[in-house]
Amino acid sequence: MTDDKDVLRDVWFGRIPTCFTLYQDEITEREAEPYYLLLPRVSYLTLVTDKVKKHFQKVMRQEDISEIWFEYEGTPLKWHYPIGLLFDLLASSSALPWNITVHFKSFPEKDLLHCPSKDVIEAHFMSCVKEADALKHKSQVINEMQKKDHKQLWMGLQNDRFDQFWAINRKLMEYPAEENGFRYIPFRIYQTTTERPFIQKLFRPMAADGQLHTLGDLLKEVCPSAIAPEDGERKNQVMIHGIEPMLETPLQWLSEHLSYPDNFLHISIIPQPTD
Amino acid sequence: MPSSALWAVDLFGRVCTLSTAAQHWELCRDAQLEFKRVSASAQCCWGIACDNRVYVRVDAGDVPIRRREEAYENQRWNPVGGFCETLLPSDRWPWSDVSGLQHRPLDGVALPSPHWEWESDWYVDENFGGEPTEKGGWTYAIDFPAAYTRDKKWNSCVRRRRWIRYRRYKSRDTWAQIPSQDDPKQLPDPFNDLSVGGWEITDEPVGHLSVWAVSLQGKVWYREDVSHPNPEGSSWSLVDTPGEVVQISCGPHDLLWATLWEGQALVREGISRNNPKGSSWSIVEPPTSENGIMHVSVGVSVLWAVTKDRKVWFRRGVNSHNPCGTSWIEMVGEMMMVDVGLNDQVWGISWADRALYFRQGVTQSELSGKTWKAIVASRECDRSHSGSSSSLLSAGCFFGDEVRGSGESCGPSDSEAERPGPDPERELQATSPASTPAELPWTNIDLKEPKRGPSHAAASFPEASDLSSLGLLPLGMEEPDGAECHPLWAWVSGGGCAVEAHTVLKWFTAQSGLSPSVQTLSLSITPAQTAAWRKQIFQQLTERTKRELENFRHYEQAVEQSVWVKTGALQWWCDWKPHRWVDVRVALERFTGQDGARDSILFVYYVVHEEKKYIHVFLNEVTALVPVLNEAKHSFALYTPERTRQRWPVRLAAATEQDMSDWLALLNLSCCESRRVHGRPSPQAIWSVTCKGDVFVSEPSPDLEAPERPLPCDQILHQSWAPTGKWGSRGCVRGLAGGPSGIYTQSDVKCVCIYENQRWNPVTGYTSRGLPTDRYMWSDATGLQECTKASTKPPSLQWTWVSDWFVDFSVPGGADQEGWQYASDFPASYHGYKTMKDFVRRRCWARKCKLVTSGPWLEVAPIALTDVSIIPEAPGAPGSEPSIALWAISDKGDVLCRLGVSELNPAGSSWLHVGTDQPFASVSIGACYQVWAVARDGSAFYRGSVSPSKPAGDCWYLIPSPPKQRLKQVSVGHTAVFALDENGNMWYRQGVTPSYPQGSGWEHVSNNVRRVSVGPLDQVWVIADKVQGSHGLSRGTVCHRTGVQPLEPKGLGWDYGIGGGWDHLSIRANATRAPRTPSQERGSDVAAAPQETPGPVCC
Repeated sequence: MTDDKDVLRDVWFGRIPTCFTLYQDEITEREAEPYYLLLPRVSYLTLVTDKVKKHFQKVMRQEDISEIWFEYEGTPLKWHYPIGLLFDLLASSSALPWNITVHFKSFPEKDLLHCPSKDVIEAHFMSCVKEADALKHKSQVINEMQKKDHKQLWMGLQNDRFDQFWAINRKLMEYPAEENGFRYIPFRIYQTTTERPFIQKLFRPMAADGQLHTLGDLLKEVCPSAIAPEDGERKNQVMIHGIEPMLETPLQWLSEHLSYPDNFLHISIIPQPTD
Repeated sequence: MPSSALWAVDLFGRVCTLSTAAQHWELCRDAQLEFKRVSASAQCCWGIACDNRVYVRVDAGDVPIRRREEAYENQRWNPVGGFCETLLPSDRWPWSDVSGLQHRPLDGVALPSPHWEWESDWYVDENFGGEPTEKGGWTYAIDFPAAYTRDKKWNSCVRRRRWIRYRRYKSRDTWAQIPSQDDPKQLPDPFNDLSVGGWEITDEPVGHLSVWAVSLQGKVWYREDVSHPNPEGSSWSLVDTPGEVVQISCGPHDLLWATLWEGQALVREGISRNNPKGSSWSIVEPPTSENGIMHVSVGVSVLWAVTKDRKVWFRRGVNSHNPCGTSWIEMVGEMMMVDVGLNDQVWGISWADRALYFRQGVTQSELSGKTWKAIVASRECDRSHSGSSSSLLSAGCFFGDEVRGSGESCGPSDSEAERPGPDPERELQATSPASTPAELPWTNIDLKEPKRGPSHAAASFPEASDLSSLGLLPLGMEEPDGAECHPLWAWVSGGGCAVEAHTVLKWFTAQSGLSPSVQTLSLSITPAQTAAWRKQIFQQLTERTKRELENFRHYEQAVEQSVWVKTGALQWWCDWKPHRWVDVRVALERFTGQDGARDSILFVYYVVHEEKKYIHVFLNEVTALVPVLNEAKHSFALYTPERTRQRWPVRLAAATEQDMSDWLALLNLSCCESRRVHGRPSPQAIWSVTCKGDVFVSEPSPDLEAPERPLPCDQILHQSWAPTGKWGSRGCVRGLAGGPSGIYTQSDVKCVCIYENQRWNPVTGYTSRGLPTDRYMWSDATGLQECTKASTKPPSLQWTWVSDWFVDFSVPGGADQEGWQYASDFPASYHGYKTMKDFVRRRCWARKCKLVTSGPWLEVAPIALTDVSIIPEAPGAPGSEPSIALWAISDKGDVLCRLGVSELNPAGSSWLHVGTDQPFASVSIGACYQVWAVARDGSAFYRGSVSPSKPAGDCWYLIPSPPKQRLKQVSVGHTAVFALDENGNMWYRQGVTPSYPQGSGWEHVSNNVRRVSVGPLDQVWVIADKVQGSHGLSRGTVCHRTGVQPLEPKGLGWDYGIGGGWDHLSIRANATRAPRTPSQERGSDVAAAPQETPGPVCC
């Protein structure tokens, strides 16, 4: 396995084994068994949890059911973050499976967006793709696509069809031969330790002298605290898709290969586990 | 694609080549000579040097140019001394040629020129029509000239034997001087221009070249007998012209144009295969009367010209039938000269800056192309200088001194002292400032050089002072711009440079503009395969998958893969009698099984007696999906173990070729998915090729008794590519992992042949009016199918025509001057001359077509092969040889031995030619370096003393064939030797022992065999010709010899495997011994596991 294409495949088929348990205070008619599922890392919680919803609704009365939401160790899980990002950010150091608590009431309005239907997820996903392309190609590629291509991207994600998705997404990853990368790299850096939801800035794949920017360059520039070695020891892990790429990795390559389907590099900065 | 090269001469007379695969010019390192003109073909380049003499430079290649000289020793019996050299007065010479008419003593046979050398001394030919002769090669007859026999009889009064000696052309990769035509009685008339072409007039085996030259006095000369085996030709002959010629251009085919002093162009007419010199001239007027034509260049069907006002012109309508064309079209650009190369591609040297331009967009449909694009490739030597710039930083002073020193010393090496020319190193500095990083301080050193420069340049080129100043411009270094400092070109020749539509040229991007770090890191160019960060990502992803999935595979998937279906209408060859094609609906359903694995079912719905029925096939049971060679239908066959047993695959046909390939691609994908086949095949895989050229790979199950399970790999080509199936058994598998993507371009050219048939009648002679019972007047070889020029199509959609129809003269049986072959009636044996009894004649028309595809096969250029054999060896065996023995037969019958093949470099480094007295057909190397080969005349040979240290061995031993049989293929396993003859019999070589590896005799094993492959365990697999099954006959069936044991090497019977349309098979990589567990195998001793002890130990 030495083909870059295999990386795309590995990223796409990343799965997190998850155990869903109903929140203890939810009222049930009989005992709710936990539900085990392999969640695709690149998808969204509310997109892939129909089965979970059905499973728990079976044991509940209709009147006790309002909008479903998820929580991990007290933190409500934002459905509009990709699952892999949520896991890396919040639970990467804990044991598998990932224990998620399912709620049907007391929707935390200030933490979460409502997700009344899949159309909302689609709208969110497509807006991310468009934003990413605005950064990468001044929106030229996404605007040249037809409606059905947009649909194919979404359907590919929704139905977990790698080939279907990449047949279109490939075009979003191209860049003119005379240039050596995208205009700007679409990325977001998340930290659990700050209040700020994420860092997103304009950052080019290449320095003015033609040198390719690396992951380390990016962090140094936009989030120096993440890598500044204090006491000579690294305090943080820099994680994408559950792996820690070397800081020497060229950013352009990362963007092409380790972006989520929404075309963003979602980078988690998490404190080094102390064990 | 093999790379080819563009040739060019710069203003200083240095010859450079630019490969289509390269980015840099390479200097032709033959330093003594400076050239005025060059004209290249694929294998050689002719040139006129500054001494006005003609030189030819032949590419070395791996196969030497060798010619056989032979002489016959004739003797007559007399009662006193027996056979002796005393002949009767009426007899032939004691030493003669084959006819006996020419006296030919051995020491009288001389080398034709100093460019040849003898390969060995004279020796007696012991081979008489495939049979070894005893007694020193003598053959006997009653009298001269008569039929000679191998055996001496009571009435054998005379005998003769053939002596052979090979001479070899030695002046390769160097400029070999051609003797000039100067008659001592006349004033010397040196050559002024020269052009090489005509290689497409005749067929490849001849390798004819037309070499035309123009002398200073304006005379035109033709070099006789130039061909690949005779690169120098024999003599110059004068061709009369109506005026004084200045320049000449000979196209690859039958076009020849020249320019006259007066500005008109001369066109040669009547050039043909039988008359390569042509018959007459006609004159074409220049585009405008005030500006005559200065330069012309022709291709296959184009003519480009430059007039005295430097304008470039394209001649419309030029082709074989109308060599003069119709009218002139003015093109943009001002050029010194233009040159038309292969595929009618065009290069030019611009007038303004002497830069080299390539005409982009020249295609068969648009011969005039689109734009001129500058070739900015730098010179190889420039690069090496800039590459060492870091060392120059510290050694700057030294470098400066060196330049000065050599400038004084090496100038006089030129033959003409008044033209010393700037020495190469200074020129390099001058022309390459941009490729040196600008901040380097040694540019200061460079700056002081030009002070000496101008005087030199002005002295060298007094007639071109504007040019020399132009040339010195970059020396100032004010503008470190890549485009400004190119070499100044004087002449270009593209006759050896194959540029095609899909060829990606790297000539147009200067490397200097980008900093080196970008070049190496730029992701789209090199994916930095080896970078640590990349390895680490791969590794971590694998670990992550393991961590997050390994113990949780039983969890449900969040997103279910829904069933999906492809449906369509196909035809099915029905299972019941009468067998025929019936229309069916077909549906492929894909689903996720219980264990999460994907599988698919193919349903075939048909109607019988108005009742709807269906058959279904689980794709995980499918063992092979094979496109079927069928003229009428686009059909393919689907095999399962059960269907294989019945010899009755599911046969389906699609309406169009496209439809069929869509279905095949989808079924293939589903098949691989449900069988979880991905990645490259294991080194033990069994490889085979069908008659359509599809390559199949089968992973051998440990017991090898299981049904055949080939799965389609990638489609590859027929013909010359078929041997790659065997390549694959070792070489190309590794090639898969080699390149960045592992996918390479492949192309193949073949000829489609049709026949023109005619019948004689007393009134009009031969006409295309046949008898009512006759075959079609335009037909295929059998005469059963009508094939006209208009209706005949390339073999499949992937092939495209690349030539027009031409008469094929190289047909077996010979042909007359117009390509006709005569016979008494259709169908009969044809001969190349007309007799009284011949009432019909035919001739073969051929048309070349070409296929370009891609696959995980790396082409080993440039020699086309017909057979290849890799030493069988257990994979990963301890102490395996660093280089892997590989033998091959070229398409011309040369025996070749590949050097430098190893696991790391599966393509090897070079071919070593192994001399033979005749063309060969098949070769095979056994595990103990026993090399066996079969010649085209059906005789078998054993090569002595082949070993890792002596990869080519020392000599051939002729092995008598089985009685009255001509062998065609041989395969050697660990020790067993099997051969096939032309009648499909398979023979086992008896008595092969370590001390006598040639063995003692042939023992018949089986008939009905088309192809045999003996593996490293001496296991025998064949392609059987015809196998009867429960439903029908299938041709080309894979069979496995059962009961092969150390004491029973011939085996007992056949186990029939998958069948129908297989052509070739290789099990030579499969050393998996069935009943052993890996631990046993490792612990086993040498005697029990002979396959693990490769090397020259046993035989």
